[in-house]
Amino acid sequence: MALATILVLSVGFGARFLSPGEVWAGLTDPASDYYRIVHEMRLPRTLLGLMVGMALGLAGAMMQALTRNPLADPGLLGINAGASAAVASAAVFFGIGTFFGYVWFALAGAAVVTALVYAVGGGRSATPARLALAGAALNATLYSYVSATLLSDTQAIDKVKFWTAGSLASADFETVELLLPFFLSGLLAGLLVARPLNALSLGDDAARALGANPTVIRVAVIVAVTLLCGSATAACGPIVFVGLLIPHLVRPITGPDLRWMLPYTAVLAPVLLLGADVLGRILGSPGELQVGTVTAVLGGPLFLYLVRAAK
Amino acid sequence: MTLVEVRRNPVGIRPRAVVVGVTAVVATVVVSVFSLGTGDFPIAPADVVATLFGAGNPAHEFIINELRLPRLIVAILVGAALAAGGAVFQSLVRNPLGSPDMLGVTNGASTAALVVVILGGSDLQLSVAAIAGGMAATLLIQLIAGRALHGFRFILVGVGMAAILTGISGYLLTRGQQMENARALLWLTGSLDGRSWTQAVPLLVVLGAVLPFLVLACGPGLRILEMGDDAASALGVPVSLLRNGALLAAALLVSFGAAAAGPVAFVALIAPHLAKRLTRAPGPNLLPSIAVGALLLSGADFIAQHALDDRALPVGVVTGLVGGAYLVWLLTTERRAGRI
Repeated sequence: MALATILVLSVGFGARFLSPGEVWAGLTDPASDYYRIVHEMRLPRTLLGLMVGMALGLAGAMMQALTRNPLADPGLLGINAGASAAVASAAVFFGIGTFFGYVWFALAGAAVVTALVYAVGGGRSATPARLALAGAALNATLYSYVSATLLSDTQAIDKVKFWTAGSLASADFETVELLLPFFLSGLLAGLLVARPLNALSLGDDAARALGANPTVIRVAVIVAVTLLCGSATAACGPIVFVGLLIPHLVRPITGPDLRWMLPYTAVLAPVLLLGADVLGRILGSPGELQVGTVTAVLGGPLFLYLVRAAK
Repeated sequence: MTLVEVRRNPVGIRPRAVVVGVTAVVATVVVSVFSLGTGDFPIAPADVVATLFGAGNPAHEFIINELRLPRLIVAILVGAALAAGGAVFQSLVRNPLGSPDMLGVTNGASTAALVVVILGGSDLQLSVAAIAGGMAATLLIQLIAGRALHGFRFILVGVGMAAILTGISGYLLTRGQQMENARALLWLTGSLDGRSWTQAVPLLVVLGAVLPFLVLACGPGLRILEMGDDAASALGVPVSLLRNGALLAAALLVSFGAAAAGPVAFVALIAPHLAKRLTRAPGPNLLPSIAVGALLLSGADFIAQHALDDRALPVGVVTGLVGGAYLVWLLTTERRAGRI
């Protein structure tokens, strides 16, 4: 229900506000005045937000299960920043400016950082604070690399500045179509791995006794997270806190079983992302606030609250 | 570290730490002489030294005293300020990664400075905003983390604050025009181009006021505090007062350093860590850290100015590259040792 509402709202809000009835007319009736607005601008943006939200939420839930760390988030741990750094290199050194060009770089960047984070955070000694700090350090490195690369090329700054803030504004159907295969394969891998990942959360020995192969599961999760985060970041830039907060909100409802958690996360994460996007369009009008900024400003205090509440 | 050794050396001065500190200072002087002598108009090291002692010819005096010396002095002072701030932070959170870059202080300075850049403010306004932003972020983190300032909670609050501020900075960058963004990114990377006595004097004043406080009043207490809050308060250390005082003093140094040269990446992270590995001494290692920080930044700026033939790089690019490599190495080795 919440998801349906936010979908309609996301299509409706914009420079010209459309009521839910007008949205429906625009969707179904090619003769309607709103057909073009809805189909060419609002709908791709909403679909992109839906996919990116799902991708980040699922990646967050899987990272938290894999590292057994409640504060794991693809944004905080630097995975999205790894994709950003790779995209900035692509824009500056190879002059690439399209999603299809970005996405391979973004996937490679995300893969490297995911592996590194796992190497740091997978150890027995890693506490949430240590992992968060390692992620922050990676973030700082990668962002300083991004600004250093962009510095050499003022053209590139203009090209990617919206992108580095995390924005859905550039969405069109072409991006949605290109993102879809990466997103679907990541999603599929995530859903397949839910059950064995449950077993892994009991420990390696218990997982083996339950018939799962820990190494295979780990690799599968890392591949899924890379696909989801890398393609999401290539499409709309680094976005923090979505992957962290949603699993935290979902866990009290479903319990820790990933087979329940992942579907709930997949529904609620786009609600947050699209909600933030709509809010950014309302608060920033006549222009807009980038969705990455809104999630950071909204999600940040929630994160601080979780930290305080956790004692 | 037996009781006998403590008695033999009641002041607590470690020969190894002294050697490290002195070596770093000597190396800084050597780098400085070369740095002052290199450029479009090369000057021999002997002439550089003579000019510094007031016995050079007028042309050399102009080039060194007016053009090259201010930049070098700013590099040394910023390096020292960032390193001292980093040393205190790492000691307080008991983690080699706990530098002000990661914990929101530098981000506060950057965000405030970006606001000024977008509004088209002057360099002076930018510096003031950076200092105010850094201090505001620190106070906010202190407030949210609560009075006790547990290392654990402080880290998480700082990391969260850094993420929020990064989001806001991203938004600010999208608001700027092309020229403003070029200026903003140059500042965010950290650069010493065109720095003069205007930047050096305030830094010198702050360092002169804060460093003695940190080294003399906080240093011994911080060393004991690393053993744990309970042990420290049992030994008569005013834990809460010491933490808050040292934190604010360190944030002040970092904010002034950022105001003078931009948030130069990694100096605050690497210098104290490197100093600690070299001295093998417990505690924040303030004086060796400061010496290593000064060496790092003056050396990095020398490389940045002369590495490429056709143009000079911002110093932050060099520290960023070196720092990134160092970080990956740190993450792997320290993890194996279980210290991260």
